Parts: sequence; C-alpha cells; structure tokens
Amino acid sequence: MSARVDTLLWLMQRASAMILGVAVAVHLGVIVRAVRGGVTAHEIIERLQGNTAWFAFYVVFAAAVAVHGSIGLRTVLREMTPLPTRLIDSVTVILVIVLISMGWRAVAGLYGFGT
Amino acid sequence: MVATLNVSIWRGGERGKFVSYEVPSRDDQTVLDVITHVQRHIDPTLTYRFACRVGMCGSCAMTVNGTPRWTCRTHVSRVTGTGRLEIAPLQNLKVLKDLCVDMTAFFDKWARAKGAFVATAEKGADFVRIKPDGRRRRQADAAIECIGCAVCYASCDVVTWNKDYLGPAALNRAWTLVNDDRDGGNKARLAAVAGDAGCHSCHSHQSCGELCPKHLNPTASIAGLKRATVLALLKGAL
Repeated sequence: MSARVDTLLWLMQRASAMILGVAVAVHLGVIVRAVRGGVTAHEIIERLQGNTAWFAFYVVFAAAVAVHGSIGLRTVLREMTPLPTRLIDSVTVILVIVLISMGWRAVAGLYGFGT
Repeated sequence: MVATLNVSIWRGGERGKFVSYEVPSRDDQTVLDVITHVQRHIDPTLTYRFACRVGMCGSCAMTVNGTPRWTCRTHVSRVTGTGRLEIAPLQNLKVLKDLCVDMTAFFDKWARAKGAFVATAEKGADFVRIKPDGRRRRQADAAIECIGCAVCYASCDVVTWNKDYLGPAALNRAWTLVNDDRDGGNKARLAAVAGDAGCHSCHSHQSCGELCPKHLNPTASIAGLKRATVLALLKGAL
C-alpha cells in the first residue's frame, strides 16, 4: 500500500512540477507585461472574463499549485517533524482540498461565473 | 630530526572526545598509516577496523577532516591542506568505540531492500546468455563495484533526517539486481524500495556520488529505481 501511494505521490509531484515549470513562466510573463504596460486590475479582469483559454490555463495552474505544494509540505513535515504519519497525511488531504477550492474559486471569479 | 604531524582522533563512544597525538610525518603516508602508528606505538587501546589496505574490502572508512573517506587509499597530503588532520568514526552509524561503528543498521537495510539474488534457474539449467553491451547489463555494470564501505551512507543527509531511509548503498544494490536478467525477485524488490523510506525519499543531493571511493553514482541508481517503480505502478505490478 505504502509503496503504491508513495510512488503515485512522487509521480504527481514530478508531473505537477513540469506543469508549474511552464505555467509559472507564463504567469510571470503576464505579470511583467501587465505591469510594464500599466494596465489596471479592472482592465485585466475585463480581458480574462469569458476567455476560455485563460480559464483553462488557470484551472490547471491552480490545481498544479495545490498538488505540488501539498505533497511538498507533506515531505517537509515527515522529514522535519515528529508528527505521526496519519496526521500528516490528513493535513495534506485537507490542504490540497482547501488550495484547489480557493484557486478555482478565484479562477471562476476572474472568468465571470456568477456575475 | 623527524618531522611530525599532529592528528586528532576520536576516542570513546557516542559521548567521546578528540585526543591529539604526534606522529612521524612521512612521504606517501595514508590516513590508515597514521592511525596504525598511533595504535602500535602510542596507545594500543585505540580501536579501529581495517583488513585489506588496498581499497577492496570496504572496512576502513572513517570521517577524515569532516568528510567520509576510505582511509587506506587516502593520502595524508591530499587532506591536510590546512595543516589539520582530524579522524572520527563514520556519521549516521552508532559509535561502538573510538573509530569503530556498528554496521548492523547499514547491512540490515541491504536485506530490507531485497538486496539478495533470487535465483530462477533450475538445477542443471544452461547458462543464461547476457550480452555485455546490453542496456540492462551496462546499467548493472555501472553500479556493481560497491565494496560496502558505507561512505555514501555516512554522507547522506536523508539518512540523517530519516533513520529508516534505506540509504544509497542498499538502493544501489537493489538497482543492480533489478537489471539482472537471471533474478526473479523484482516484484518484491520494487515494493520494498518504493515505500516512504525508499527511493522516493532521495533528494538527489549527490553527496553519495561525490564521495564514493569507487566512483559509483548511487543517485543515478536511485533515479533508475524511481523510473522502474513508476513503470511498475502504471502496469499495476506494484
């Protein structure tokens, strides 16, 4: 059981890292462009609303952040604290759910759901 | 007048201390020569471990100036750039006395990583023909010359953090068997090395490869195990 779970988590960590490698670069590029262009938050939201490509990008980006960050934190807690494994695994599951919920809620808001 | 060398050697158990000795300084002197001089001419109660003196047996590894090394093949002139020579037992293993550590945990992990060959051939069977230049044979060749000195184990940060971590040597051994066409134990072996104290815990710091006296690269072997366990997982064989 542990062998399968640990191998799966390792695979998910590497896969999410690959996504983040591209997504973070795009995200930073967009931020730099927006800042240098002097666009306002309002203008940015206007451009994103209804744009399916950016919506898909940020859905994947937010999920990758949640998965990568949670698995990474699990590793740190397991190596650096005496906390029991079950507690750490529970914290990991809760964290990934919270991060994905927050991320997707923000993405939905930018896309314009509910407006 | 004979030139002398000042050497600090760890004495006692886990709560011991460094004691300084003056030994003759000679050309082409190894660190093991220095320790042997102290034991034979200054203090016969000094405990240390060695056997072959030619880099084959893997029994004389110690911490030399803070770095794990095989002492029989380490010349004093190579490690005393600052004029200091400090010899301590290997890290990450329990100190028994002076420079001697308990290797039990180290070798128990070879067994836990399923480091024993599992024969599949019946009695009287013909020899298995393995091409020397085959991919799996070359991967095994790259990792096979381990002498079990525990230098990699002593230098591994993950072993320091997680006492259950199998360590570079045991995982390197498992990788040689994963690539052995004659072996039949890979299902159990991959399950054994894929747990939370196995190959996926490696942070690829590469101290093991940097310090291995045989110039092996256990980090590469562990990376191979990571790939093999992922493939096994995707095939439903883990």
